[in-house]
Amino acid sequence: MFPAAFEYQRARSVDEALAILAKHGADARILAGGQSLIPAMRYRLARPAVLVDINEIRDLAYLREQNGALAVGALARDALLETSPIVSRYRLVADASKVVADPVVRQSGTVVGSLCHNDPAGDWPVAAIAGGASVVVRGGKGERIVPIDEFLVDSFETIVGDGEMAIEVRFPTPPEKTAGAYYKIERKVGDFATVAAAVRVTLVADGTVKDGAVAIGAVGPKATRVTEAEKLLRGAKPSLDLLRAASDAATKLADPIADNRGSVEYKKAMAGVLVRRALAMAFERLGIGGLQ
Amino acid sequence: MKINVKVNGKQYERDVEPRTLLAYFLREQLGLTGTHVGCDSSSCGVCTVVLDGDRAVKSCTMFAVQADGHEIMTVEGLAPGGALHPIQQAFWDQHGLQCGYCTPGMMMTAYALLKRQAAPTEPQIREAISGNLCRCTGYQNIVAAVAQAASQMAAPATKQAVKA
Repeated sequence: MFPAAFEYQRARSVDEALAILAKHGADARILAGGQSLIPAMRYRLARPAVLVDINEIRDLAYLREQNGALAVGALARDALLETSPIVSRYRLVADASKVVADPVVRQSGTVVGSLCHNDPAGDWPVAAIAGGASVVVRGGKGERIVPIDEFLVDSFETIVGDGEMAIEVRFPTPPEKTAGAYYKIERKVGDFATVAAAVRVTLVADGTVKDGAVAIGAVGPKATRVTEAEKLLRGAKPSLDLLRAASDAATKLADPIADNRGSVEYKKAMAGVLVRRALAMAFERLGIGGLQ
Repeated sequence: MKINVKVNGKQYERDVEPRTLLAYFLREQLGLTGTHVGCDSSSCGVCTVVLDGDRAVKSCTMFAVQADGHEIMTVEGLAPGGALHPIQQAFWDQHGLQCGYCTPGMMMTAYALLKRQAAPTEPQIREAISGNLCRCTGYQNIVAAVAQAASQMAAPATKQAVKA
């Protein structure tokens, strides 16, 4: 099906985009990579009256380390992260960037766009939660920096208000002895995730976990932090028992719906399996093997 | 809405509705039917074209108005003078197609890949075409074709030597 008719506006600067958004309010949507929005418009799940194309705002296509974070501009495409040497030490981000949709889609799709779309089965919301990200949201009244847990409100809904746009996502630079991992199950390349999991752990000198972040996706209305697993990790020594307990916490929290990608039982079980695998991989990256 | 777009080296000025998808603009307004339409939802990759020289895009998931001021290359652009491009020749040599429906998209994905990465490994080729579906070949000969194209495009002199 073809999208419903809309008015096309090309913005050449963030200020110009904000001016158009201010004029049209809730009727306007930002068009970045378009890899989720255009299919949604084709299925008439989205019917924006005005599209504000930001693809010409080259200033937003950046990827750089600054002020202790990896800053990803609203026009930085997945493929840019996939091939960037600076992303490689953000293990969780690097993992996710290689498995979003498919390689051609990744040449258009953007990280910030995926967060704004906030699909319950999207990769970036899950990775952003475990990565401790925050999003820079700009509007006519200025800029705010929103922690990812507040940014992701509900299925296909974010904190970005009328007349505002997300211009950057920031992943804090991992401190010493930190590693993460991202895993997902998909039926085929490019399909929505059946289940996804992202983790990030930081160790102290004696090998115990200082801090851990765990998130799961595609098993509920939105990507979810597994707070229980994070509590278990804090101060614990990496072990098979620890991974099993964290895995059980994810299985318990997962609240999927049955569809052609799997039953409720299967998805709940896989949420646990992926959390265990991702934790084992993160620990392995820190030199602690044998937990697979 | 009036747009100016360069397609396969030729400049076009056309009037399009903003909701016109690039694939349909190419096929129906420019008559370039080499670009196929399959799933119409960015899953299958048969509509893949190259934007601005080295970026593969699924043209069913981009609006024609977005191409205003940009350059598009379709499969027709591979062989402007009629002589086969090394990628086309390789698909021929390696029997990289059967029904041919996915072929234009495969070739354009391969073209963008080789622009960005002149000597991909076999796993890299397999990964690069993983968003392009082929229901006939089992991919083996497509992978072989892209590998052949890569080596011939990297060393045209060697190709001449082999031929002689």
